[in-house]
Amino acid sequence: MSIELKQVSKRFVDNVVLDGVDFYVAEGETVALLGPSGVGKSVLLKHIIGLIKPDSGEVWVDGQLVPMLGRKELAALRSRIGYVFQNGALFDSMDVFENIRLGITDEKLYGDKEYCIERVRECLRLVNLSEDVGRKYPSEISGGMRKRVGIARAIAGKPVYLLYDEPTSGLDPVNADVIDSLIERLQQEIGVTSVVVTHDVRGSFRVADRIALLAQAKIRAVGTAEEIIASKDPVVQQFLERDLEMAVIQAGRLTFDTPARRRSGEFGVGGAG
Amino acid sequence: MRPFTAALDLRRYVGRWSLRSASHAGRFFFMLLDLGRGIAEWRVWVPRTIDQTMSVGYGSLFIVLLVSGFAGAVTSLQAGYQFTGQLPLYVAGGIIVESMILELGPVLTGLILAGRIGARYAAELGSMRVTEQIDALESLGRSPVTHLLLPRILAGVIAIPVLVVMANAFGIGVGYITAQSSLGLTYADFEFGARYFFRPLDLWYSLAKSYAFAAAVTIIPCYIGFNTQQGAEGVGRATTQAVVASSVTVLMLDTILTKLILGTVK
Repeated sequence: MSIELKQVSKRFVDNVVLDGVDFYVAEGETVALLGPSGVGKSVLLKHIIGLIKPDSGEVWVDGQLVPMLGRKELAALRSRIGYVFQNGALFDSMDVFENIRLGITDEKLYGDKEYCIERVRECLRLVNLSEDVGRKYPSEISGGMRKRVGIARAIAGKPVYLLYDEPTSGLDPVNADVIDSLIERLQQEIGVTSVVVTHDVRGSFRVADRIALLAQAKIRAVGTAEEIIASKDPVVQQFLERDLEMAVIQAGRLTFDTPARRRSGEFGVGGAG
Repeated sequence: MRPFTAALDLRRYVGRWSLRSASHAGRFFFMLLDLGRGIAEWRVWVPRTIDQTMSVGYGSLFIVLLVSGFAGAVTSLQAGYQFTGQLPLYVAGGIIVESMILELGPVLTGLILAGRIGARYAAELGSMRVTEQIDALESLGRSPVTHLLLPRILAGVIAIPVLVVMANAFGIGVGYITAQSSLGLTYADFEFGARYFFRPLDLWYSLAKSYAFAAAVTIIPCYIGFNTQQGAEGVGRATTQAVVASSVTVLMLDTILTKLILGTVK
């Protein structure tokens, strides 16, 4: 039930996006994949679900070598993975209810209307949206709500893995916090293995057990929030220093709420002290 | 040095063009293969095909009848202009019926639908591609070919021949009314002329063309839209390419089918 990339390389024409990347996510773990915009985080995520094939290297999910899977096997694997797209990628010709219903990947259950109504209602509740939203079209709801509907669709099929592609990008800090809380809560309630692609340092420290930093087509650092902060790699330092709050954290004026600290009872919910 | 650079550029251009063409041919072949495989998933495509057929059929009916009506009227007027006093009047009946069935009905309908359906399919699928909706469908373990392409193509293949038959009938009707009012052609003369020149093969030829055009104006735009790249500009480019490519294909198929079917008849 793990995700593993071994020496994965990918280039688009002359642009080397991934160069011998190794990446591992254990069962039940949440790993945030940090990195500047355009560095290839989403490309890495799309390798996991088989939307992109690597030029070389291996992508293992659930004990299966993803690039070698046939059409049916790949569809079966994808039905166990929930993928939250950067801009929601909601089907604009369908209302929210139908969008979420499409996430029910079991064909028998998809055909059972009673089950679908109950499941969509449940998913809307999990992402803090009212039932009325189900009747609206994607163009009639806000960006934050679209992201939440995207998450609801991703969890509708009761996936074992959840992949988030920039779940908080383009959102104001309040809505970004709402989404981060949602990811944390989903982690606790449905206990899936997750990868969160983001360039939001603060959010990634909040939701992830471990953090990996992708820069210059390679994974430059992997570890807990504390280990990442302590890293001496200049590329890691440069990336972290971009975030003003991180500079404050590093200066010792602020400590941060992380899943590990919460488990040890060191912190309540919220973070700063 | 300059001729050498120009030769090198030409080689690069030819090389890139060949690679791109081979890549398109490969992707087009695999799309057709996926369409064939997708037939088995009838639970997915049947309801969507019904919706699309209604949309394509009813949505295009008015414009198809309008254009075929004008085509029938113009044919009738031109027949009057060219043949009055030269040939018996009943010949106009034969010309109107044969022109509509053999050429104007299928080709005009094909060209109109290349613009109307072709642009719509390419823009819809292109937008879905650039906004990651097609990736989203794949990520849910669902086949975009069965959910999006197959219903659109089958809808065209069902609706377009029906539209062509209706266009033929309507164009002939308007042609007769025009001939009656402008040339004084009686129904008996019109019917005699129509029957005199008519062969049953004409109907089969018209129907064969309508199916071939239906395939062209649905499969090509679906392929182009499905492979759209580079955002809004890409969607615009795909839409234009789809309309141009399917229109040219309609005219090419028209020539090929005429040679194949009518060219062998003595």
